[in-house]
Amino acid sequence: MTDTDINGIDSYKKWMELQKEPLTSLAGTIAENISRVNKDIHAFISVEKDTLEKRAGRIEAKNKKGRLWGVPVATKDNICVKGELTTCASRILEGFRPPYSATVVEKLEEEGALIVARANMDEFAFGSSCETSCYGVTRNPCDTSRIPGGSSGGSAAAVAAGQVVAALGSDTGGSIRQPAALCGVVGLKPTYGRVSRYGLIAFASSLDQIGPLTRNVADSALMLEVISGHDKMDSTSVERPVPKYTDSLAKDIKGLTIGIPKEYFTSGIDDDVNERVHAAIDVIKRLGAKTIDISLPHTKYAVSCYYIIAPAEASSNLARYDGVHYGYRTKKADNLIDMYTFSRNEGFGEEAKRRILLGTYSLSSGYYEAYYLKAQKVRTRITEDFNKAFAVCDAILTPTSPTTAFKIGEKTDDPLKMYLSDIFTIPANLAGIPAISVPCGKGNGGLPVGVQFMAKPFAEETLFRVAHAYERGK
Amino acid sequence: MADNINNRGLITEDVVKHVASLSRLSLDADNVARFQRQLAHILEYIVQLDEVDIKGVPPTSHVLSSMKDVFREDELKPSLMPDEALSNAPERQGDFFKVPRVI
Repeated sequence: MTDTDINGIDSYKKWMELQKEPLTSLAGTIAENISRVNKDIHAFISVEKDTLEKRAGRIEAKNKKGRLWGVPVATKDNICVKGELTTCASRILEGFRPPYSATVVEKLEEEGALIVARANMDEFAFGSSCETSCYGVTRNPCDTSRIPGGSSGGSAAAVAAGQVVAALGSDTGGSIRQPAALCGVVGLKPTYGRVSRYGLIAFASSLDQIGPLTRNVADSALMLEVISGHDKMDSTSVERPVPKYTDSLAKDIKGLTIGIPKEYFTSGIDDDVNERVHAAIDVIKRLGAKTIDISLPHTKYAVSCYYIIAPAEASSNLARYDGVHYGYRTKKADNLIDMYTFSRNEGFGEEAKRRILLGTYSLSSGYYEAYYLKAQKVRTRITEDFNKAFAVCDAILTPTSPTTAFKIGEKTDDPLKMYLSDIFTIPANLAGIPAISVPCGKGNGGLPVGVQFMAKPFAEETLFRVAHAYERGK
Repeated sequence: MADNINNRGLITEDVVKHVASLSRLSLDADNVARFQRQLAHILEYIVQLDEVDIKGVPPTSHVLSSMKDVFREDELKPSLMPDEALSNAPERQGDFFKVPRVI
């Protein structure tokens, strides 16, 4: 796996064939490699060699050559894998082994993928740095004194470090795209409703989406093909056929119009990020696309809007963690209410508590209209901005993150500062549109920079077309 | 205007304690003070939402406006068996989740 010839799914499959080893024994090697690299980066909360070998045995026994046969794919610790620890990196789900797998996991297994569970994350996906995990931080493989981004920090780091070939993460405000940018891999958030959320432990139900983190755009397209589709177990998943996304890779981008929104290029972006993203714009032009200046006037309200809506939905989704049905239960209570309160006090980390408090506050009587209802209306305005923009352009290009990877501990004292690092990724979640981050070079200190492309709902084919052309042409 | 964030006033420690009890969290004095400061700081930033013209704008609760009530026929279908549903119970008695007394 550290073989430098492996740079994606295809090359991994070729490498597998050359090994002439049964999958079960390869799985052992993969587990050993993961454990070794994990000592430096802690991308996985735990690595269970025999679990992986058993999985490999089941794949071999099926003898069906799926599109991801034998390919190690990591899953974020908030995606249910039946019978395996799935804990959202939170003490309150300590010991939880789901009685069912997420639909996306079943789809991956259908194609023969070797699931590697427990990629580390911010607790309940609350974070942009992977620092709120109750199991400790994940380190950026490009510089282990720095964060990998979050909340899918483990997924991004595992792909970047070659522990796995691909990973699934979840994205509510940028949690796939931002760590992808900071670790130098490709990260995609599909259109809301494109991928089933059944088995994704919910953070904010109107914003969450599962998506792939991969070494290249072609792999992202293949992964999306595999995991997409209507699911009767998720009533927010859409009944739309799944296109063959890999077909969109062949097309060039001559004649496409790419919008450059001025609000995403204001002060507050580091110079090295700005420089790399502008270089990406030059490549896009060289490849024959037209660029136009556009405006998304409500961009500056996106973080505020999100930090009302997302915590509100989270406070509701996290009400189920009460020590009754699963996870952590306090030993100190002798009555029911104390059991709820102490279990939640002892089980939730600080960021989780902060978001529950903020969310409950903005939904409570006397505050609901001023906060939550207002934020929902601002959300409509933000969506309208995108609708107007997509009438004149095929895709939008922006930086993914205002900075490269910051140091571990740098932003933990100031929650608001941490929230503002999601400023460019949040709007796509609010509007439900698809967005992809693609590596666009290195900034100061050799740290990865990502460029983000956004498209209108269900236009992932356009995203892949543009991203792939850029990846080849840069 | 009655539903301006600004008119709601600063989030006080009493409000934090009230909200904590609503969400079944109990915070000691240090935590109340700290959360009050942090939430006040965040809400100071969020007050900018008052600037947005939202007259006549419908709220978005679901981004896919084409999706309405998603129902199925009320037919019995396979579901989680009791043993599966109880498999993670901190305490179990028969087919029940066992909890401390209510009072």
